[in-house]
Amino acid sequence: MADRVVAETPQPAKPPPGSLLAAWDRVAPATVPFFAVFTALLIGAGIIRFAGASPLVAYRALWEGSFGTPAALANTLVKSTPYIIAGLAVALGFKAGLFNIGAEGQLYAGGVLAVLVGFHPAFAGLPPLLHVPLAVLAGALGGMIWGAIPGILKARTGAHEVINTIMMNFIAIRLTDWLIKSKDPLILLDPSASTPRTPYIAPSAALPRLLDTPLHAGLVLALVLVLGVRWLLYRTTVGFELRTVGANPNAARYAGMNVSRTIVLAMALSGALAGMAGAGEVLGGQGYLSPDFFAGIGFDSIAVALLARSSPVGMIPAGILWGALLNGAGLMQIRADLSIDLIKIVQALIIMFVAADQIVRWLYRIRVAPPTEEAVFSRGWGR
Amino acid sequence: MWPTVRLQRLHVYALLFLVAGMWLTVGVSARFPAEETTTLTFGIGRTAPKVALPVGRTLLAVGVYYVVSGLLGLAGRRFVRPATWAMIFGGLLIFPTVLVAAAAGKQTNVLTMLNESLRLGTPIALGAIAGIWCERSGVINIAIEGMMLAGACFGFTTFFFLGERLPANQALFISVLVAVITGGLMALLHGVLSITFRTDQIVSGTVINILAIGVTSFVRREYLLSTRAGRVTLPSIEIPLLSDLPVVGPVLFNNKPIFYSMFLLVIVTHVVLFYTRWGLRTRAVGEHPRAADTVGIDVIRVRYINVFISGLIAGLGGAWFSLETVGGFDDLMTNGKGFIALAAMIFGKWTPLGGLGGAMLFGFSEALGTRFQILGIPLPSQFLQIVPYVVTMVVLAGLVGRAIPPAAIGQPYEKQS
Amino acid sequence: MSAHVPPALEVRGITKRFPGVLANDHVSFTLRQGEIHALLGENGAGKTTLMNIIYGLYRPDEGDIYVRGRRVEIHSPNDAIRLGIGMVHQHFMLVPTLTVTENIVLGHEVTRGPLLDRRHARERIQELSRQYGLLVDPDAYVQDISVGHQQRVEIVKALYRQADILILDEPTSVLTPQEAEDLFAVMRSLTAQGKSIIFITHKLKEVLAVADRISVLRAGRLVGTTTPAETDEATLAAMMVGREVVLRVEKAPAQPGEEVLRVEGLRVLDDRGLPAVNGVSLTVRAGEVLGIAGVQGNGQTELVEALTGLRRPESGRILINGRDVTGRPPRLITEAGTAHVPEDRQRDGMVAAYTVADNLVLNTYYKPPFARGLVRDEAQVAQFGRRLVREFDIRTPSIYAQARTLSGGNQQKMIVAREFSRPISLLIASQPTRGIDVGAIEFIHQHIVRLRDQGVAVLLVSAELDEVMALSDRIAVMYRGELIAEMPAEEATREQLGLLMAGVQREEELVHKMGVTSAHAEGENG
Repeated sequence: MADRVVAETPQPAKPPPGSLLAAWDRVAPATVPFFAVFTALLIGAGIIRFAGASPLVAYRALWEGSFGTPAALANTLVKSTPYIIAGLAVALGFKAGLFNIGAEGQLYAGGVLAVLVGFHPAFAGLPPLLHVPLAVLAGALGGMIWGAIPGILKARTGAHEVINTIMMNFIAIRLTDWLIKSKDPLILLDPSASTPRTPYIAPSAALPRLLDTPLHAGLVLALVLVLGVRWLLYRTTVGFELRTVGANPNAARYAGMNVSRTIVLAMALSGALAGMAGAGEVLGGQGYLSPDFFAGIGFDSIAVALLARSSPVGMIPAGILWGALLNGAGLMQIRADLSIDLIKIVQALIIMFVAADQIVRWLYRIRVAPPTEEAVFSRGWGR
Repeated sequence: MWPTVRLQRLHVYALLFLVAGMWLTVGVSARFPAEETTTLTFGIGRTAPKVALPVGRTLLAVGVYYVVSGLLGLAGRRFVRPATWAMIFGGLLIFPTVLVAAAAGKQTNVLTMLNESLRLGTPIALGAIAGIWCERSGVINIAIEGMMLAGACFGFTTFFFLGERLPANQALFISVLVAVITGGLMALLHGVLSITFRTDQIVSGTVINILAIGVTSFVRREYLLSTRAGRVTLPSIEIPLLSDLPVVGPVLFNNKPIFYSMFLLVIVTHVVLFYTRWGLRTRAVGEHPRAADTVGIDVIRVRYINVFISGLIAGLGGAWFSLETVGGFDDLMTNGKGFIALAAMIFGKWTPLGGLGGAMLFGFSEALGTRFQILGIPLPSQFLQIVPYVVTMVVLAGLVGRAIPPAAIGQPYEKQS
Repeated sequence: MSAHVPPALEVRGITKRFPGVLANDHVSFTLRQGEIHALLGENGAGKTTLMNIIYGLYRPDEGDIYVRGRRVEIHSPNDAIRLGIGMVHQHFMLVPTLTVTENIVLGHEVTRGPLLDRRHARERIQELSRQYGLLVDPDAYVQDISVGHQQRVEIVKALYRQADILILDEPTSVLTPQEAEDLFAVMRSLTAQGKSIIFITHKLKEVLAVADRISVLRAGRLVGTTTPAETDEATLAAMMVGREVVLRVEKAPAQPGEEVLRVEGLRVLDDRGLPAVNGVSLTVRAGEVLGIAGVQGNGQTELVEALTGLRRPESGRILINGRDVTGRPPRLITEAGTAHVPEDRQRDGMVAAYTVADNLVLNTYYKPPFARGLVRDEAQVAQFGRRLVREFDIRTPSIYAQARTLSGGNQQKMIVAREFSRPISLLIASQPTRGIDVGAIEFIHQHIVRLRDQGVAVLLVSAELDEVMALSDRIAVMYRGELIAEMPAEEATREQLGLLMAGVQREEELVHKMGVTSAHAEGENG
């Protein structure tokens, strides 16, 4: 049996109690994500320099483009919405000890069903009060199915969810591509469109706008889901089971919990959340679905979940940061003549420093916090 | 608990075989006119050997074989072993069978098909070998995809800048080298994160994958957008004498350099892993690092070196995409092959030869997809692209029995003080 | 042995601190050339820490080490090996998927060109095997060989590295009394050929049987050094725990009532699919303790897992209060009134990251008053937690402290509190006091007896013969998956149980098998 030695990380010497340093020690652990973002931006500045632009100009444009004006702020919030919801999806998996890399595919699965309910003549004429929830639920159902399959495979055969969710991503993307592009049979394609896309959804299925801004009800949905997931995880017996399976599956079995069922449930719920994120984008944004509609939102939601340290409420600032970086990137590209892909590097660096928080702790001399209920994913590939 | 589960699993497969066999014999084989044949050719030109198979009767034979192996599987405990082997062979039989049925009434070149499978399996095999080096020492590597992508990108970027200053072959050689080293550097980052800073290895791998996507698309937008025409790739090398051998000659000995090095690496990895000091230590570190530590082996060092080598090989796999095949770099051009490579590694139970077998399986299913298009089978191309992913999931679900990973995989090693 | 021969090994003033624990406090002791020096102490007394320091796995905070009179710095196992120190760890340091030969040469491989020279290695191993009477099969995979065999491999591994000083850490804990005797013979043969041995144990009888000198460690300090001739069990025990030990648990004669647990012809397989429990039948009645003695790894784990629903039996029946629960899930068995103290508390019995309060409701969280429907009632959980912490004297700063921060004894008390505070009719306790301090052991023993007196049926599985004898009303012995004997506790003697644990009925068969193995090995040597 391999060793499970409790980590004894190298620590700076303990400062005397009452000193400023001691006060820092108490506050510091919570600041790790901030330092991670800061360090990533710092390295990003280096890359900007290297690419021959001015970091100051670039970052200023980034700020103005994301928070500088009310319109920019509204757009940032709109961009953040799917990250908040899909981040919740990934976090829910994390809590149950499951690494759901499949949010991307679940977004597509949800998007497809949502857009179908949105434009299909069978649902035409429904009042918005019915049509909108129906379309959102259809999205949840699509994501749920797409998430539950790897869950069932894991529970039944022990196949690791990481590879299976990745495969489900590829399958979902190819299938969506076919559903939208196929002319014979004609399935989701709008033949009148110049680029392949689905028909527009009925107005009755569109998420209502808020206050005559680009903001739509998807943001409200995100906030409700944040509170809902928090309640589920920490106030209900189902959440207790989920977290126990994540923290110690052996103890969960010993305590009479049905581990297989919990794994399937967690993957299904996680998928449903991601599916709703997809539905929200389709119903609140353009109103149609195209083959590369979600372009990486699902992958980035992993980063958002890591940044929020799987805390449901933490998903709000983490998601907004993500939305802001993307939203501001456009202005940065114009003013500093930099590819928006630079933002992807900065984002990758952020999660690198968040995930490997020991680097940040080491850089900024932050004491190690007592370990929390963190699930371990790397238990090997099978069983 | 294990054998009962396994027996039940065998029964499920046996039933599947039985149903498939009956479907083939009763339902499908009769649909082909008795005189319709598929001509399998072995080579190009008129002199190439040919075999003409009557489609209906071939399918009938396969169907009967399936029924028999299915019955064998249901026959009871004594037949577990022969039934398992019969079904494994039956599983492999699917590919030629589908080919014969698909090409009904036409000719199809088996050798090209084989060559294509091997060629398309090359990056998967390289990825699987990369995975074996890493995982045998106890470090999960889901970042093979990212390492390949980075290798592909920086390898091609190097060629992009060197191409005009140096003779093409020299520039290509240096570019491949850069690709390999890029993979190694990405792997070192994985090592720093997961070995030194003890980040969860899957999280660390995910970070590297995302980082690779960001960096490579940035580099492409910033530097490579003005891609010049005339895509140059590594040249084919005909190995004298050997390439003249009948049948195997053109399949194996008239190919490109990374293709050859893949076979070399499979053999070298096999020998190193099972017959040398380093391999013994690697396996010990992956199975029981504390035991290795107590006999004076530096676990951290062994893991770092293995992770680095893993990255080098993955980088070479990346060069296959940009420098050996396409002659350019596109966003996300590795297209999930790094993940499929992991499945091939698991399929091969963490052995180089098994990994090669798995890679060939995936290569074959991909080649079959292209062949379908050539033969004009009316199937959407997206469906054929999906095949390898579905095969991966089926493989992982344990079609080939339980795969037991190195015992200490995923656990950071902590030297006590 | 003349006086001017320097001691094989000497440590002076070794101190080692771990966060919150002083594991070694200025320990000094001397290992003479060619002696067997026993290091005696309770769990957690600091024996293993001291040995890990000598073997270079830990660095001491203070103190010096001398080998053959020379002061040395040991930074790593490599240094220790170079100085001729070999260690057989309590948990064997063998790689299960490698062969015996590969394990022995690991780290000191002989190569021919770039490749391993397996033949040369095998010859060296067979040579050592002959010289010291240590039978090993060089080509077997470690995962396939018995525990005793693995131990011999460990010793050969140390000898292969030319160790003169051997440290054996709790070598007998996994052996039957007879296998232990064989080990002692090997130890004597080793010292006769010039090796020096440090023998770590907490078993008094073994120390008196085999040691030349005895040093006792208590709470990190060396209490004293003596010889078998000068001392006896009671004195050693007192030195070990620092006070007179209560060897017997106070209890009234049992008043057995209704039959609570009935097991008929149970067969269970282990993880590898091999039979682990072979047709076990037993009954436990209300108000009595049935103790199952046996060397670890004879199917006890699988038996308990089958009884508690964690492992599906192949065949046989399990009845609790007359109800057939064979192959039913753990929750159903818990709700049928069963409590289970699991063998591995960290792995199964608790969630280290959860608070003490949450751990105390780990298997009742879904029932009123802890939950109404789907919603948990935190206030009730907290109130319950406070009550149990008080009643069971769980030493924790707060009910909201993470369980991982508690000491092993308090973690076990937490589990016991959870299991004993429900209305139960059957208690299945597996190794309930493994690796915890004497205070907690006594506490848990008293509670088990209290439950018995309240009419609970108790099935106690323990590898500690003393524990089984102290608590049980009836004792059964498990050997190779079978209950080979059962007797009233008052009729059982240590010696008899020890023989049964070694499977005496099968003695002839055993001798026969060993003969075959040795002939096989000889054949290969020639």
